[in-house]
Amino acid sequence: MYQEIILDHYRHPIGRITLEDFDSEVHHVNPTCGDEITLRVKIDDGVVSAIGHQGQGCSISQASASVMTELLEGQPLQRALEIEAEFLTLMQSKGEGKPNEDLLEDAVAFSGVSKYPARVKCALLAWMAFKDAALQAVAQTVEEQ
Amino acid sequence: MSSKLASNGTFLDVAAIKADFPILARTIRDNKKLIYLDSGATSQKPVSVLDAERTFYERHNAAVHRGAHQLGEEATDAYEQARDTIASFIGASAQDIVFTKNATEAINLVAYSISNATYGETPAEQSLSLQPGDRIVVTQMEHHANLIPWQELARRTGAELAWLGVTDEGRLDLTDIGKTINERTRIVAFTHQSNVLGTINPVESIVKAARAVGALVVLDACQSVPHMAVDVSRLDVDFVAFSGHKMLGPTGIGVLWGRRALLQAMPPFLTGGSMIETVHMDRATYAAPPQRFEAGTPVAAQAVGLAAACDYLSKIGMDSVQAHEHSLTQYALEGLSSIQGLRIIGPDTAVERGGAISFLIEGIHAHDVGQVLDDRGVEVRVGHHCAWPLMRAFGIAATTRASFYLYNDTSDVDALVESIQQAQKFFGVK
Repeated sequence: MYQEIILDHYRHPIGRITLEDFDSEVHHVNPTCGDEITLRVKIDDGVVSAIGHQGQGCSISQASASVMTELLEGQPLQRALEIEAEFLTLMQSKGEGKPNEDLLEDAVAFSGVSKYPARVKCALLAWMAFKDAALQAVAQTVEEQ
Repeated sequence: MSSKLASNGTFLDVAAIKADFPILARTIRDNKKLIYLDSGATSQKPVSVLDAERTFYERHNAAVHRGAHQLGEEATDAYEQARDTIASFIGASAQDIVFTKNATEAINLVAYSISNATYGETPAEQSLSLQPGDRIVVTQMEHHANLIPWQELARRTGAELAWLGVTDEGRLDLTDIGKTINERTRIVAFTHQSNVLGTINPVESIVKAARAVGALVVLDACQSVPHMAVDVSRLDVDFVAFSGHKMLGPTGIGVLWGRRALLQAMPPFLTGGSMIETVHMDRATYAAPPQRFEAGTPVAAQAVGLAAACDYLSKIGMDSVQAHEHSLTQYALEGLSSIQGLRIIGPDTAVERGGAISFLIEGIHAHDVGQVLDDRGVEVRVGHHCAWPLMRAFGIAATTRASFYLYNDTSDVDALVESIQQAQKFFGVK
């Protein structure tokens, strides 16, 4: 379960910053363990231009936030949400999933986590926060128009 | 079963005890020996408890307190005998013991009954009712089960919620107890033993402060009744709540003991069958306690199982159980303290302390500690332990908790210590 990629991202997280310029902010918690994340996202012309996350949690949740940031920043929102959906499917696969490496890249390292039901939520915390924040950002833009 | 006392001082003969618990013989995660250190969450069950439930279903199963057939009589006898056994286990009379679904429901029963009394018309009900400005006092170390029911009761009645804080050492801070438990205080609810810190609270001092202002005292005994001799006739509290599954019994049963005069004055919480005296289309009158508080088909098999658990514990003796756990806790505190980068959250000596030990490992999140331990067969609890405000008081998010019972021995503690050191190596913090 603890792939080297996961441990690397845990020790040197990407996107662990507080974005000053952002469209939406969400705060998500995992009520079973108390882990939390505050995530801000900036969407420019339908592209995820920046993600910043702060919070505290286990190596899986922290590394997952880091891998996600690296993977989704710069992607068109539509594709970012496809990657998110693919990651969710992988996490729900109970260790049986065949990850789409083209789409998930480093995030395939989390395949092993899906065998541990108690840890799936850790891996998903940042991704659920991103989806929530991105959809809020889009809704906001629609409202402003 | 007094033969289960080992010759080596205060320890029990754990090998003999383990043999009574089938689950402890299984392996975990690719053939690792199971080291179960999560009895604070739920305990394992001896064969005698499993047999008691099975025999009830195989031989005597029928709905309790209904009908007149022989099986019904046998089931009712088994249920009420179980009540006798469980009552005497805590020094109580059977008529003062109410069976609930779990300890959470037992505490909610008290809170909702007081809430319902606020709408009552009888003088007895009026005497229980809460008014805006009244105070409910809890502590910062409560399990959510002994916090949220009181938050909600305060919200419904307009009463205010106040609490006793916790010292850095993990003891209750009683410096301002006279101010916190003031003359408006009507209820004081606190845990006998913290499920996170292991701290055993000074019941006598808190009861004294509560009695001085005429407040009712509710004791959460979930972590004490399974681990030490508890005699309600000596505690001088008004309510005691505990659960069956943490004391070798089945899930699905909790116990509320209440002072008789209070139970008699209290309106019901849950209503329906079994708890009535007479029923008309537009009104009903209610049975005397404990039936008044046991609406619906009673938890007969669970009561029988819990009585078997009480018998098992009584044969060994609760003083022996406590002495064993005390020695084990002392041994574990020493072992854990020797690990560099480990910080115990709670008292670091075995004085006035039970066998639940929470700790932090510098540089490793509790989940990751738990994962590495689990891979080695060592089952501990990680997280906030349903005591989120306590975590906040310590400025932390989660701890790892090892908790012991009569079937654990020093080799289990050794495995814990060794596995923590492995986790430190794995995550490169040592």
